[in-house]
Amino acid sequence: MEAGQLTVARRIASSPVIGVAETSFSPIAVRGPSWDGRFTVLILFLPPALMLFTLFVVLPVGEAAWYSAFNWNGFGRPTNWVGFDNYRFVLETRAFWLALRNNGLIIAVSLAIQLPLALTLALMLAERFRGAVALRMLFFMPYILAEIATGLIFSFVYDGDYGLVASIWRSFGAEPPHLLASTDTSMLAVLIVVVWKYFGFHMMLFIAALQGLDKTLIEAARIDGATRSQTLRHVVIPLLYPTIRLSIFFAIVGSLQLFDLVMPLTRGGPADSSNTMVSFLYNNGISRMRVGYGSAIGVILFVICVTFAFTYKRWFMRDE
Amino acid sequence: MSSVDATRTPFDPAVLFKALFLALVAVFVLVPLLATLLGGFKSLGELRVNPFGLPQHWEWQNYADILFSVRYWQLLRNSLIISSLAVALTLIVASMAAFTFAHIKFYGSSMLLSYLTLGLLFPAATAVLPLFIKVRDLGLLDTYFGVALPQVAFSLAMSVLLLRRFFKDIPYELLEAALVDGCSYIKFFRYVTLPLSRPILATVGTITFVNSWNAYLLPLVMLNTDALYPWPLGIMVYQGEYSSEWHLILAFITLTILPTILLFLLAQKHIVAGLTAGAVKG
Repeated sequence: MEAGQLTVARRIASSPVIGVAETSFSPIAVRGPSWDGRFTVLILFLPPALMLFTLFVVLPVGEAAWYSAFNWNGFGRPTNWVGFDNYRFVLETRAFWLALRNNGLIIAVSLAIQLPLALTLALMLAERFRGAVALRMLFFMPYILAEIATGLIFSFVYDGDYGLVASIWRSFGAEPPHLLASTDTSMLAVLIVVVWKYFGFHMMLFIAALQGLDKTLIEAARIDGATRSQTLRHVVIPLLYPTIRLSIFFAIVGSLQLFDLVMPLTRGGPADSSNTMVSFLYNNGISRMRVGYGSAIGVILFVICVTFAFTYKRWFMRDE
Repeated sequence: MSSVDATRTPFDPAVLFKALFLALVAVFVLVPLLATLLGGFKSLGELRVNPFGLPQHWEWQNYADILFSVRYWQLLRNSLIISSLAVALTLIVASMAAFTFAHIKFYGSSMLLSYLTLGLLFPAATAVLPLFIKVRDLGLLDTYFGVALPQVAFSLAMSVLLLRRFFKDIPYELLEAALVDGCSYIKFFRYVTLPLSRPILATVGTITFVNSWNAYLLPLVMLNTDALYPWPLGIMVYQGEYSSEWHLILAFITLTILPTILLFLLAQKHIVAGLTAGAVKG
């Protein structure tokens, strides 16, 4: 390329970024590094990220779709083409629908219990008083603990012989239950741990939002004679709607990938009663190296996640 | 009594209710954690009759045995290696990409950025079987990199978005002035952008570290050798071996979550800002 073309190319390339008067940077166009400087950056700085992402994130998703059409144990090349059979097998498994139901339960509990709890605590702890910050940190702590450790701690809490629940039962003279070993209570036990672990995260989201609120709106409402609860209901909560929608989004996405917590508690059992989608995928696909079948589950999960994310963003988070 | 109350601040039932409620939640959060810590100091027999209270005999032996074992330190070492690899690679790769997206206008820039943010839409678990086969074919199975590289790839979307937003806020006049003085883009990145971006680098680093340190599924799938296991895998093996010797398991849990809690107390600001603001703005 000739020098003149270069300058023009540079101007065209850079003017939208800067948004300042053309004259103010004309000296650079002449004396500064040419487009080559940018080109070097482009070919040095971008490929590592794009390659890693393509290799370990995008390709595997595509390959999951491909492998899901085979009956394959992962060795050699996939040759046993079975079409959509793997999907049919997944959809015919009772455990799959149980796992889906359990994910639904987790979402329901997140919305019905966790979210109101987090919001109430945030409203209490957003005010300044002695101990507020310490309580915030305490409530947030479960969120940073590893899910594996949390699961193990609660498998102790629930243990029918040594656990805390058993001890409470025994103090009333009752025979302690084995909560994790019964199909009736295993999922309930998991749900309680989910609330314990994640309410602090949602609380922090709300606290951050409350601190960013425009205080004048609240003051105006109070001056106009609104009571505390009226201000809360008609001013503060509506202002928090974007955060509430975000919190719901995280609750649902989190539910769809819940796995680590379930493994130390129940491993999805007994009799698949506490499987989530991912633990179902692990127990039926990964641990037995049924690549085709497992990939089909993965693709179904992928479709659910992506459909949900797009629909939710379109319907509820259009303005953000 | 009532006359005493009247001289103090007027009694407000809402305040009492609020205090009770907060105390209740605090108990709900604290009891399992404290019972775990204290349980590690008890003997198995005492744990059975007294899981809540302070130990009658403090059994320091439980903790000491673990602290003097090779196993515990090996697990922490493996976790530290994997997490450090993930953090270092994420910071380098993501900040380079974010710099390009923030300061260089080129054809397809916004398309490539949306391509990267696809990673926010689905969890790693969806493609974990093909990922396993990919890592195996690359010969990285049973290596630290086999765990760290996919972790980096999955953390890129969020990291690039956070970093790019910060880099864009660096005044353009600074870049302009540097370029006039003959500084190259790469030097500007190295000597101006990165030093100015310490807060966001710390935030991104913390998120990546916590996620990698706590990760279970990827190491579970990618590692076969006990000697390479990070602590979440190791603690599951330990629990399998000592299935109902809860006093030992509780001590082991306490010691393995101790680094996380210490890090949290030291870097609360970064962690809270990173894990919440990062999630919100990502």
